[in-house]
Amino acid sequence: MSDKRTAPLVQVRHLKQYFPVSTGLFKKTMLKAVDDVSFEIEKGETLGLVGESGCGKTTVGRTMLHLYKPTEGEIWFDGTKIEGTQALHSYRRRAQMVFQDPYSSLNPRMTVADIVAEPIDVHHLCPNKKAREDRIRELMSLVGLNTEHATRYAHEFSGGQRQRIGIARALASQPEFIVCDEPVSALDVSIQAQVINMLEDLQQQLGLTYLFIAHDISVVKHISNRIAVMYLGHMMELASSNELTHHPLHPYTISLMSAVPLPDPRESRKQQRIVLEGDVPSPLKMPSGCPFRTRCSRATEECARRCPEMKEAAPGHFVACHHI
Amino acid sequence: MSMLEVKDLHTSFFTPSGEVKAVNGLSFNLEKGKVLGIVGESGSGKSVTAYSILQILTHPGRIVSGSIKLHGQELVGLSDEEMRRIRGNKISIIFQDPMTSLNPTFTIGNQLMEAILLHTDRTREQAQQRAIEMLNLVGISEPEKRLEQYAFELSGGMRQRVMIAMALACEPDILIADEPTTALDVTIQAQILELMLRLQKELGMAIIMITHDMGVIAQICDEVIVMYAGGVCERGTTDEIFYHPMHEYTRGLMRSIPHMNDDEKNRLIPITGTPIDLLNMPKGCPFAPRCDAAMKICLQEKPKEYWVGRDHLSACWMNVKENRCYAERPEADEEVNGRE
Repeated sequence: MSDKRTAPLVQVRHLKQYFPVSTGLFKKTMLKAVDDVSFEIEKGETLGLVGESGCGKTTVGRTMLHLYKPTEGEIWFDGTKIEGTQALHSYRRRAQMVFQDPYSSLNPRMTVADIVAEPIDVHHLCPNKKAREDRIRELMSLVGLNTEHATRYAHEFSGGQRQRIGIARALASQPEFIVCDEPVSALDVSIQAQVINMLEDLQQQLGLTYLFIAHDISVVKHISNRIAVMYLGHMMELASSNELTHHPLHPYTISLMSAVPLPDPRESRKQQRIVLEGDVPSPLKMPSGCPFRTRCSRATEECARRCPEMKEAAPGHFVACHHI
Repeated sequence: MSMLEVKDLHTSFFTPSGEVKAVNGLSFNLEKGKVLGIVGESGSGKSVTAYSILQILTHPGRIVSGSIKLHGQELVGLSDEEMRRIRGNKISIIFQDPMTSLNPTFTIGNQLMEAILLHTDRTREQAQQRAIEMLNLVGISEPEKRLEQYAFELSGGMRQRVMIAMALACEPDILIADEPTTALDVTIQAQILELMLRLQKELGMAIIMITHDMGVIAQICDEVIVMYAGGVCERGTTDEIFYHPMHEYTRGLMRSIPHMNDDEKNRLIPITGTPIDLLNMPKGCPFAPRCDAAMKICLQEKPKEYWVGRDHLSACWMNVKENRCYAERPEADEEVNGRE
């Protein structure tokens, strides 16, 4: 990454995503999966998004790609607001997604060649059959798959190889931006490193920008330039990955970092764990004010009254907490 | 005498496409009050080891040979009736997924009391008292109310606490935990691991912790067994395994996981290739096809376990070649293989 700040490739402004949930016979409650989230990602950067299950990190990724229509808020890509069919169509080619589960995200009735070529066909990127086939072969070797296996079906591959197929598919439309939603969580440790290295190489080679969503903080730290932390649909903290892991400011991030199991017995013994009491509240019964206050040791009346806004506590380090 | 002695255990699944040797010659001892970790990838045989100890293998799996001794009593070959008296009483298990391992149609209280009524001669009132006690012990608020609730009314962390309460209700000597925190978030994982360690100290039981997470091992285990393709790569005390790994697979695992303190973000060094097909096991060392240091003998003959330290055994031909092996358990660690 260059030091010079360029215009951000992706901008998310006050994004809200609510889902109606029936809570009774005639009653509908709004589940606020994402509530007023804003951030930007620069070209060539990897932004990590961490948080516990149900915090809305996957929803952010999907809404950013307009897989869900945002309830409110704007998404800007390369200086254009994503609005209307025209803008959306070109955006869909330039922004792609890699899914968590390499088993359910590949159609079992399609050959690898057809899976990988789907974005090419949808966007009419190859003028003839020959070009299409060459492109499939190119994509398969790009992700380290044997090109002779193009006529096989997904079930004939191992988990790691399937994830490579999913990545080849995402690359097929020559995107600039890829949302990686837990791309390595379903893989064995020894395979995880292969896929992580490949994602890093592809970023270098093709100048890609990533939003990397995962719950494994050591993996996110390894691959990301900056990390954003979410809790119950809100963004709590955003900073460079080294800053966030060594000097977290938000009480939630502090306990989250202290709970990461370190693969080193001596370090682990030294670790001061701040174990949070209780569970994450239901997103249908959101606490008033700060969403974290029910489990926070520093919670005051102010926290119950008003939801804190993101502010810059140090250069490039944003945090949403009344006490900082 | 160790509390649990497993000797040369072989468990296979007899599938239509052939025999799958899920556990292929595993031996270990478990002492009272210790936490033993079994670490490995999917298909390494770590869960099957647990199921073999409890003899809850599903068809077509069965123990082919070997011995499992609890307090000197042989468990292999016991009748179902006899095993039932051991399960949940002497040895308990908690599973990975707390949602599917609780019965959705019975109340929490009902399921908790079942084990107590089965294994002790308590009356229903006493059993209920004990159930409330157990829920208190695992840190569940309003235990009387919880007894009336169903599994779906509880969160994931809460359900895992109920599972632990259930497993510990009869004060077992050994608790087997099969990936108990894999389905949980990190902050909840921290709660559950802390709870397990506290109970282990209070009740003086031993724990067998099955996981793929080296971080969990480092945090709670005294001893570790590293498994690959049904066999043991190496075993020893946690510090030995982490700071003096003596098997290429363990070394590879350590290199391939990202570290929180690595600010330079050094490139990970993955283990090449893919996990082995258990139906087509090679003749030699199962890790040889993926091992960068593999020699001719590795492909021809399976390495035996040798002592490589006072509290450390390893099955790797490299140790034999480089003269790091001992026929018997060495006396003191200072003289062994240049440790500080």
